[in-house]
Formats: sequence, C-alpha cells, structure tokens
Amino acid sequence: MELVLQQVMAGLANGAIYACMALAVVMIYQAIDHLNFAQGEMAMFSTFIAWQLIAWGQPYWVAFGVTIIASFVAGILIERVLFRPIHNAPVLSSLVAFIALFSILNSSAGYIWDFTIKTFPSPFGQKPLFGNGLMDTHEAGMIGVTLGMLGLLYLFFRGTRLGLAMRAAAANPESARLVGIRVGWMTALGWGMAAAIGAVAGMLIAPVVFLEPNMMLGVLLYGFAGAVLGGLTSPGGAVLGGFAVGVIENLVPLVPYIGPAFGRELKLTFALVLIVVVLMFRPSGLFGRSVVSRV
Amino acid sequence: MTTLPEEGVAVPASARVPHQAWAMPARSHWIVAAVIVVALVVPLVAKSFVIFQLTEVMIYGLAILGLNLLTGFSGQFSLGHSAFYGIGAYTAAILMHNYEVGYLWTLPAAGIVCFVVGFLFGLPALRLQNLYLALATFALAVAVPQILKYHGLENWTGGVQGLVVDQPDPPGFLPISTDQWLYYVTLAVVLLMFGAATSLMRSRTGRAIMAIRDNPIAAAAMGINNSLYKTLTFGVSAFYTGVAGALSALVVAFVAPDSFNFLLSVSFLVGLVIGGVGSIPGCLFGGLFVLYVPNIANSISTGLAGAIYGVILLIVIFVMPTGAAGLVRLAVLRLSRARPAPLINPEGGKP
Repeated sequence: MELVLQQVMAGLANGAIYACMALAVVMIYQAIDHLNFAQGEMAMFSTFIAWQLIAWGQPYWVAFGVTIIASFVAGILIERVLFRPIHNAPVLSSLVAFIALFSILNSSAGYIWDFTIKTFPSPFGQKPLFGNGLMDTHEAGMIGVTLGMLGLLYLFFRGTRLGLAMRAAAANPESARLVGIRVGWMTALGWGMAAAIGAVAGMLIAPVVFLEPNMMLGVLLYGFAGAVLGGLTSPGGAVLGGFAVGVIENLVPLVPYIGPAFGRELKLTFALVLIVVVLMFRPSGLFGRSVVSRV
Repeated sequence: MTTLPEEGVAVPASARVPHQAWAMPARSHWIVAAVIVVALVVPLVAKSFVIFQLTEVMIYGLAILGLNLLTGFSGQFSLGHSAFYGIGAYTAAILMHNYEVGYLWTLPAAGIVCFVVGFLFGLPALRLQNLYLALATFALAVAVPQILKYHGLENWTGGVQGLVVDQPDPPGFLPISTDQWLYYVTLAVVLLMFGAATSLMRSRTGRAIMAIRDNPIAAAAMGINNSLYKTLTFGVSAFYTGVAGALSALVVAFVAPDSFNFLLSVSFLVGLVIGGVGSIPGCLFGGLFVLYVPNIANSISTGLAGAIYGVILLIVIFVMPTGAAGLVRLAVLRLSRARPAPLINPEGGKP
C-alpha cells in the first residue's frame, strides 16, 4: 500500500507536467481546430527566453512576466505571418507546416543556446513537501499553478464577452462572422493564449526535466495523450487526462503478473495501450463531447 | 438506323470530350514509359552511392504509397506507419538471419505479416476518428521499437543491437554489382506494386474505398460494407509499407529498433503531403523530398540544418498547398484551358 501511494504521488507529480501541456494543447485545439505539433517547441523556446533574461540578471518574476507577454505576441505573429495565408489549405498541409515550425524552433534554439543541459530555477524551491519524500514543493506548486490556470481559463471563457466571442469563432466561424465577430483575430488570439500557456508550462517543467532543445518532445506527446484521453473539447478533462497518464504510467509496474514481467521497459507501451482501450469505449475521450453531424 | 445520323450530327460539338478523355491516359502512359527507361539506364552510369540513394528513394516512395492508400484514398489518418515499416524490416531480417530464407521470399512474407497486423489494428481503429485515430496509431509507433528492444525477445530480434542482414549477391550471369542488383530488384517490386495500386484504385473496390472517404453514410446506403473495406485498406496499406521495410532491410543490410521511431512516421507524412495526398506517382516525389532535402539543408549549414529544412518545407507548402501532384494538376488544367480559350473568347478578355 505504501508503495502504491508512493507511485501515485510520483505519478501525480509527472502528471502535473503532462496536464500543463495538455491544457495548452486543448487551448489551441479549441481556437484553431488543429493539433499544434510545434506547441512543445514554442514552449521550449519561451523557456529559453526566460533563461536568457535570468542569465542577464533579471529577477525571476520579471523574466516570467516578460516571457509570457513575449510568447503571447509571438504566438499572434506566427498565426498572422505563417498560418493565415494557408488557413484554407488541406488539414494535412497545415500539419506539415506545424512540423516545419517544430523543426525551425528546435534547430534555432540549438544553434543559439546549444544542446548542453541547463538548470532552470523554480520559484517554489525544491524541498520535500510535508517532510516526507512523496512530493516536493515545486511539484506541488506546479499542480497548483495548473489548476489555477484552468480556473482562470474557465472564468475567461464562461464569464467574458471576449471569451464568448472566441468560443463562437471556434464553434461556428460562418455564423460568428455574421454576428460581427472578427474570426481571424479570434484565431490569432487563441494562438497567443496557447503560446502564453505553453510558456508557463515550459517554465514550470524546465526545473524538473532540465532545459535543452529536445526537452519538450516527450512531454508534448504525453500531454497530447492526456488531452486525447480527457477529450479534446474539454480543458478540465485534458488536465485530468494529463494526471491520469502520469499515474497510469507509474502504476503499470505494480500490476500483478504484467508488471514484473514487462516492468519498466514497456510501461509507456502499456500506458498507451490502456489509453487506446479507453478510447474504444469512449471514442471522444472521457469528458469530450461527441460531435453529432446532420446528414 | 435513325440513330446513326443523329450521332453524326452531334459529333462536332462533343468530339473533343471523348477524344481528350482518350488522349490523357495515352500521354501519361508515354511519361510512365519514359520514366521507366530512365530508371533502367541510370544505375549503369551513376556512382554506387547515388544508386544506393535512389534505391532508398524508391523504398520511401513505396512506404509513402502505403500511407497514401490509407490516408489519401480511405481518409484514415496514421502516425504509425513507421511501425509497419519496422515490422516488415524485422520480418525480413529474422527470416534471413535465423531461418536462412531466400531474400526474395522475405518480401511477400513481410507483406503478409504486416497485412495481418494492419488488419487487426484496423478493427479497433474503426471506432476512432481524426486525432483520436492519430493517437492510437501513434501508440503503435511508440510501442513497436520498445517491443523490438524487449529483452524477452532478444533471441529473435537481437535486442538493442539489432540484426545484421547478409546482402544477396547478384545472379552469376549478370556483370553487375550488389548495389545495382538491389536497385533493379527494388525497381521491379516498386513498379509491380505501384501498378497494382493504380489498378486497385480504378477498380470497383477502389471506388468503394474512396466513396467511404467522401461520404461514409452515402457509401453505406449504396450497400458498401464500410467496416470491411476500412479494415482491409488498413491491411493493404500495412502490406505496402511492410514490403518497403523488408526492402530497406536488404538494402541497408542492418535493422535496429530505434531507426523505426515516430520521426520516421513523420517523414512519411511529410513525403505524403509534399507528393500529394491521393496521388500515386506523387509518392515517388515525396520519397525524393524525404531523402534529399534534409541532406541539402545539412550541406547549407550543419548547425541550422533543421531550421533550413523547416523553411524549405514551409516554402513548399506555401507554393503548393496540395503537393506536387496538385501543382501538376493545376498546371495541366491551365495549359489545356489556355489553348481553346481564344476560340471561345475572341476578345481575349479574362473571364
């Protein structure tokens, strides 16, 4: 039982990383109806900007704020410059554009800041929480910030005119345009917000996985899995899905028979297979709305 | 008796349509024949390394064709084709390494193994759409290298080290090198399979597959068994990619688990889009792009190779959002429209 608890806590700590990323994934999915493959690299690049600002002697919170604003602007610029011209292209073409963006950001970060691993400070410190080794303060802080962001997003989308306009633009662009919503700018805003959330996620994740150009690849894939598990239409579900992926991944080695036989080598495989099995029964994710189309 | 003169009267107005419908395949037949002649001659004059690269281009093209059958024609999305490619390569390598099966027999064997795996994987995939299917296939792409590395299977797969494959010698009566021989073997397989895919997509089955892509409900109403065709397409798609994997095991003479990772799937996807989704000859162009463009980017700047690759990719997507096939189609349309235009519109004004 002690062991299970320990693994669950470790899973929650990992899960917080995935949940952060899953939230950013769902945000941009809501805004543009595509999955942004470059999301992780955008977050990585933002984190490098924060690292550079700290290295130049800025206090942590100044770097934090400047990075979020810079990421927001950069997200809007990327949408306006790169993705606006091809917004009518087939889905797979925009997917390749995401892959291109991924490649550009990854390679330039490596070129500017090289591929050596860098440490990134945590605002919460990394002392054990409650005096036992189950979770440290940074991990607890990360969970807190993720849930906080989720709450703010909920208030934004449910409580403000702008949030309503963004939801309308994503759900039904034609009708939204007819009632006077500037759909193009709503999409750009969605990109900006997703980039900013990604930046927060990156800066929270970096103290755990360390900062280097490839740090986000694995995280993004798990975040993606979490988002799909929770349902791509539900930010809350995505966060829960992210936590679930972390916990499942850590509990698999403890399962009788399967765990000892396959152990650590295949735990990722088992986690993914489990997710696929869940999707068999809930094809739109655990909390996703299934899309009903009129014939 | 009376119908004949009537048809004769109608000829001047409509003759162009059947004539052009006839002329188009004839012209494309000439192009295909010319490409085949060039492909037959090239290895006799090219350097050994170039021959090796061109063989790889054809193999990638074949793998991309497999993905295209699934994505372009059946409308199902896959990030898992690196897995089928890997399973095909390993099937060939294990058969040759552990059981000393003749190398030509490993190709159909790899195809059949992949067909079965693809068909079985197509069953759960029936429930999933778009990004959810992407995740399921992604799981496959992640799982296969890990299973190949798994210590319980080391006797078969060679674990992390992988397997070394003996390259076949060319038959004694031919004065050519191993590279040239493998090139011709690959060319023969690729021609056969591209031809088969073209025929398949022009057949009743192919039209059924495309009908499901375009409107599943209407297709079902026409009496098409959606589930059967979708899973079968998954199997056939895996068959193609598996044969490509087996060929790659022969040509590279080595298989290792980590060469069949998720990034290979991404490469296939890039090749598919650049070549043209739903275009069979476009797959070979995709193969060329996937093999050569990263090398070109690397030769421009080693440090920024990824960024240059990305920029090239973006430019290509901006210039031809529907891939090379879409560009060619557009060009043909423009050219064929340009000629009759003066007849219809003597003032030359643009419509």
